[in-house]
Amino acid sequence: MPTTGRRRKMNNTIPINADQGNRSVWKFLAGEFRPRGKFFTPFNMISLPVMLLGLVLIVIRFMKGIGAITNLTQEIPWGLWIGFDVVTGVAFAGGAYVITFMVYILNMRKYHSIVRITVLNGFLAYVFYAGALLLDLGRPWHVINPVIGNSFGTSSVLFLVAWHFLLYMFAQLIEFSPVIAEWLGSRRARKILSGMTIAAVIFGITLSTLHQSGLGALYLMAKEKIHPLWYSEFIPVMFFVSSIFAGLSMVIFEGSISHKVFAAQISEKNHRAQGGILQGLAKICAGTMFAYFFLQLLVFIHGQHWNLLFTGMGCWFLTEMLGFVLLPMILFVYSSRTRNVIMIRLAAILTMAGVILNRLNVTVIGFRWDMPVRYVPSWMELVVTLAVIFTEIWIFRWVINRMPVLKDPPAWVKDQK
Amino acid sequence: MGLTRRGFFKTLGVAGATLAIGSEAGAGRLGSTTIEYYGILHDGTRCKGCRGCEFDCAEAHGLPEPVKKVPDIRKTDETRNTVINTYKTSRGEVFIKRQCMHCNEPACVAACLTKAMHKTVVGPVTWDGDKCMGCRYCMVSCPWDMPKFEYHSANPRIQKCDMCYSRLKTGEQPACAFNCPNDALLYGKRRDLIREAHRRIFEKPGLYHDHVYGEHEAGGTGWLYVAPVPFEQLGMNTTLQQASYPALTKGFLYSVPTIFVLVPALLLGIQQATKNDANNGEEEEDE
Repeated sequence: MPTTGRRRKMNNTIPINADQGNRSVWKFLAGEFRPRGKFFTPFNMISLPVMLLGLVLIVIRFMKGIGAITNLTQEIPWGLWIGFDVVTGVAFAGGAYVITFMVYILNMRKYHSIVRITVLNGFLAYVFYAGALLLDLGRPWHVINPVIGNSFGTSSVLFLVAWHFLLYMFAQLIEFSPVIAEWLGSRRARKILSGMTIAAVIFGITLSTLHQSGLGALYLMAKEKIHPLWYSEFIPVMFFVSSIFAGLSMVIFEGSISHKVFAAQISEKNHRAQGGILQGLAKICAGTMFAYFFLQLLVFIHGQHWNLLFTGMGCWFLTEMLGFVLLPMILFVYSSRTRNVIMIRLAAILTMAGVILNRLNVTVIGFRWDMPVRYVPSWMELVVTLAVIFTEIWIFRWVINRMPVLKDPPAWVKDQK
Repeated sequence: MGLTRRGFFKTLGVAGATLAIGSEAGAGRLGSTTIEYYGILHDGTRCKGCRGCEFDCAEAHGLPEPVKKVPDIRKTDETRNTVINTYKTSRGEVFIKRQCMHCNEPACVAACLTKAMHKTVVGPVTWDGDKCMGCRYCMVSCPWDMPKFEYHSANPRIQKCDMCYSRLKTGEQPACAFNCPNDALLYGKRRDLIREAHRRIFEKPGLYHDHVYGEHEAGGTGWLYVAPVPFEQLGMNTTLQQASYPALTKGFLYSVPTIFVLVPALLLGIQQATKNDANNGEEEEDE
């Protein structure tokens, strides 16, 4: 990702005020929508063609049906778009509810400087990855049906998940809205919106608890279809617990990149604080991963699947549990004691790989593992997935370069108390 | 065992009335009310594999006419709601008809977030295109993989057997059962069909394998099967659980209201409790 390399002028001057009239607001917005910084950067050159190709593929998909660009079959109706984009993407977005819990509920002020970027990251992840769900719907024009209430399928886990996605997006938007108000220089709006933060946070954490586990509960009825090493009635609990360290690993990973790419926007104080923040997050990751590993062990023993361990899928299971849960857990413990930032990052990347593995094992790899013809996503599904991710990063970058996400809020905010 | 139009509506009326009374009288009575689901009994000893039902089914649902020459074992798909599969067993060739099982407690109906999948009081599980958003969660949940999706359509539908629900509404029988020349398919009340199936097994124990497939599988299904050989030899999944599939998500769904009440209260409590500590500590910019 390129950096604009310069701080916004707006930041130091008095921001425009909503009272000044509409004309200046429009002028300001028009200015903000103009691209900034260098255009010919490696990231842009790679992501643009992928996004354009993805767009073409999406058009084809809506004209000729889902089968035109995916390898989905009658037996495997959910593939990469659900298993990775939605199920894995939402797990990685879990950082937002964990960090808001720590900052607003536990009042751990140390982590205050990363709240905004984490909430932004979570919000965009929900918008884009849950939005990617629309691509996967065969009849997306009926997506409104479970919302407007002419047909509430309340017995469905997916009903719960869909509603929670929707409500949580609103909750996150409210959590983030003071930043938008600061950007627009609207003092009154900021005052009102920041007053709603605690309510939105409490609501958001409750929603997250339920839909992070709900994504796992989706697969409860596919009892015979998922490999027994990954299927248990505890999938919802597993998904919830793992979303904590999945989200925090994402925060570590994303934070490490942001601190390089957007270095100019981050104040000296926050730069210095980063080491301590990473160390704290590493400790939480280690703790939750230990709980998760122990739960997996309990479920494995209760499942009585010893005989399955020595099959191909069994080795795959051991790889996931030992290589991508136990190992990064040990790395987290060790690195948080020695304050080794590089190792914390390495552990975070391993953990993220492990979460991707776990989610794909439940939803794609272990799903119908016994079928003679396995599902392998088509290159077109991959391109669309990448296009969705790149688009999200573009928006992410756009917001960070304009709004006070990483940089300090404008001076007038301090007086507003 | 025919069903007249009048008799049919009478049953419907009775079922409706008992439902209404049952819910008014409270949950205690509800268990004893009688919803009579209808179903079809397939007799593997009588089916000659003529595949006439495939043609009748295609005609009744406006699907393409089945091809004449087919492999022994096929699956239903978006162009055919039913198939007759041929299995070579120790008792010679046995033919088994496959289609949606019309479960008593269907996983697809529990899975559907728009109520597009619907278990009618008569028994068939039907699909409503005006509600369906094409998420295919019904396909993920169905233990028999019966809902089929039109992957190559811009306006895709879910295709599966609907037990000729539109014919049932006019007092007719399902096309396959009505037209079966060998009496291999018997349409009737599920309760009666189970009794009939056990009677056949009891009277000719040498002819039948002693199992009524669908009586307990997945909590009971509308389609019932008797056959001369064990069902695993006929490509039927015999490892399915006996309990209904929606029961698997019940625990999770029941926890939702509890969490919705307890967690916010707990969070608010913690937030209030830690607020003062933070204020005593170092002053920082507040949000």
